[in-house]
Amino acid sequence: MSVELSERPAPPAPREITTQPRRSDQIFRIVVTIGGMASLVILGLIALFLSIKGLHILTEEKLGFITGSAWEVITDDTGSIAESKFGIGAMLVGTFLSAMIAILVGVPISVLSALYLTFYANGKVKKFLISVIDLMAAFPSLLFGFWGFFVFMSSAEYWAKLINKYLGFIPFFDVPTPIFERSPFIAGLVLAIMIIPIVTSISREIFDQTPLDRIQAAYALGATRLAMIKAVVIPFGRGGIIGGAMLGLGRAMGETVAVYTVLNVVYQINWQILFGAGGNVASLILLKFGEAGPAEVDALMAAGLVLFILTLLVNAVADLLINRFGGKGR
Amino acid sequence: MTDNKGFQDNDKEEKMTTSHATPASLSSVASARTMSQPGTTLLGTGLETRGVHAWFGKKHVLSDISLDFAAGTVTALIGPSGCGKSTFIRTLNRMHEFIPTAAMAGEVLLDGKDVYAPGTDVTKIRLRVGMVFQKPNPFPSMTIGQNVLSGLKLAQIKKSNTDELLESCLTRAGLWNEVKDRLGEHGGALSGGQQQRLCIARSLAVEPQVLLMDEPCSALDPGSTFRIEETIAELAKSMTIVIVTHNMQQAARVSDYTAFFLSDGGPGEMIEAAPTSKIFSSPQDKRTEDYVTGRFG
Repeated sequence: MSVELSERPAPPAPREITTQPRRSDQIFRIVVTIGGMASLVILGLIALFLSIKGLHILTEEKLGFITGSAWEVITDDTGSIAESKFGIGAMLVGTFLSAMIAILVGVPISVLSALYLTFYANGKVKKFLISVIDLMAAFPSLLFGFWGFFVFMSSAEYWAKLINKYLGFIPFFDVPTPIFERSPFIAGLVLAIMIIPIVTSISREIFDQTPLDRIQAAYALGATRLAMIKAVVIPFGRGGIIGGAMLGLGRAMGETVAVYTVLNVVYQINWQILFGAGGNVASLILLKFGEAGPAEVDALMAAGLVLFILTLLVNAVADLLINRFGGKGR
Repeated sequence: MTDNKGFQDNDKEEKMTTSHATPASLSSVASARTMSQPGTTLLGTGLETRGVHAWFGKKHVLSDISLDFAAGTVTALIGPSGCGKSTFIRTLNRMHEFIPTAAMAGEVLLDGKDVYAPGTDVTKIRLRVGMVFQKPNPFPSMTIGQNVLSGLKLAQIKKSNTDELLESCLTRAGLWNEVKDRLGEHGGALSGGQQQRLCIARSLAVEPQVLLMDEPCSALDPGSTFRIEETIAELAKSMTIVIVTHNMQQAARVSDYTAFFLSDGGPGEMIEAAPTSKIFSSPQDKRTEDYVTGRFG
């Protein structure tokens, strides 16, 4: 038996399997590849540009650029810079706080509205609401900022005062002086409204794809709609919700004009969300860009670079979360 | 006791005869009467339909079905594709209404009460009338054990001894020996036939009195089909089963009664309903005979 085995001829090496694509297919492949690579190239070029302009500021300021909060340019009589100090710590904290508030407030509203649109709203209402939400996504952010500043701020200020009055013992809700205008809290709420459309439409799309057989299985077991949603739709859509929330977070962190109108830019690290001091990285760039000299522009580019890296990090974390928790319900 | 039930049914059918005078309904009523004949163990009044019609939008897909499912029996619904048998089975536990344009008329009586009556809590109906679908559909986010007990969670039923329930449901579904050591694994890890038996076990956990099976074996291999048929025979001792099948041998093997549905391009109608042996040996209608002998379909 063993002899036979050893005498059995060795199997041939696997053949290489190829195909000769047609000309039209080859050309289309090139066109598609160019399209696919375009975004990568553009993103790479932006990163390169920001690095060239801003990297030297980062190496000069070192970690102080991220942890420090002073932003000073002192020029001498001739107009050249005598002394400069660049730190975006306060802006990073402001970015973080306002974006977090936006997520905490905006995502639940979005998920609820997506659930309503998918499983409760009927024909006409659904169509109308979807177009309203899409319109909201296309709405200029400056107008959100104006509305936030002129209309929304007074009521938000009142809520802030209430929170401060009853929950002020929690350090987050404390304020050093009673200034409630243009705080991270208000900026976060305006941002929450701004991220609702994108988070809603992404969640809605994923909810729409919930396999019908699973929905029916739940109903056939006597599930109420709420129980069905909890057992089937949410596990299935979890990854999509996280993905949508991360896209919303990206928008909230990068938002410029709206935050600029409703958040005070103050060069001081402030963790108290109700207190009217903060600023985010993007609004700092907007504020300073017009009047900045060359050195300061480089510093702003460095700030942009940090924001860029931060956004990449958020997306990487999002992917990680989706892989970790999103696949289970599929 | 059994005779009594039979009389009650007859009473109802007399009324039916007067209200629906079309020949089709007469024949179905007649066959429905045959179905309530004594000879089977009656565990309750079971499920009855009275003049059920169904529409999708303007399309009339099912016409005037009156059929009784005596408790503790297996009834097979056979007929070519598009004859409305799946639609009919879905009217029985009100799954029909999930299709947005779906409409129905007539009555579906469960223990004598119309399941479509205003004010009915549809979730309670579906707890009593369980359903197994064509394609196995376990919940992929849950383990095997959680899948079996998912009905309790979904319907917010509190049960103290769930381990016992878990074992008895899986045993009745003929799956216990294969999965008892891997209850913590996800349902998706099972084979198609095992998944289908898991779905049967899942529907048993809420203790339905009727189990509807919509072509439960059409996605399965012969071996798994055989296991499911064994399971059906076992379950029929304690509940009423209605099974839609494309497989006439299956209908002959598993069912006590068979109803033949047919559509001549219009809405599906019930041509004939009788004890299974009769349908397959001496059908009353020529069309039934042609179908069961394989001349069309």
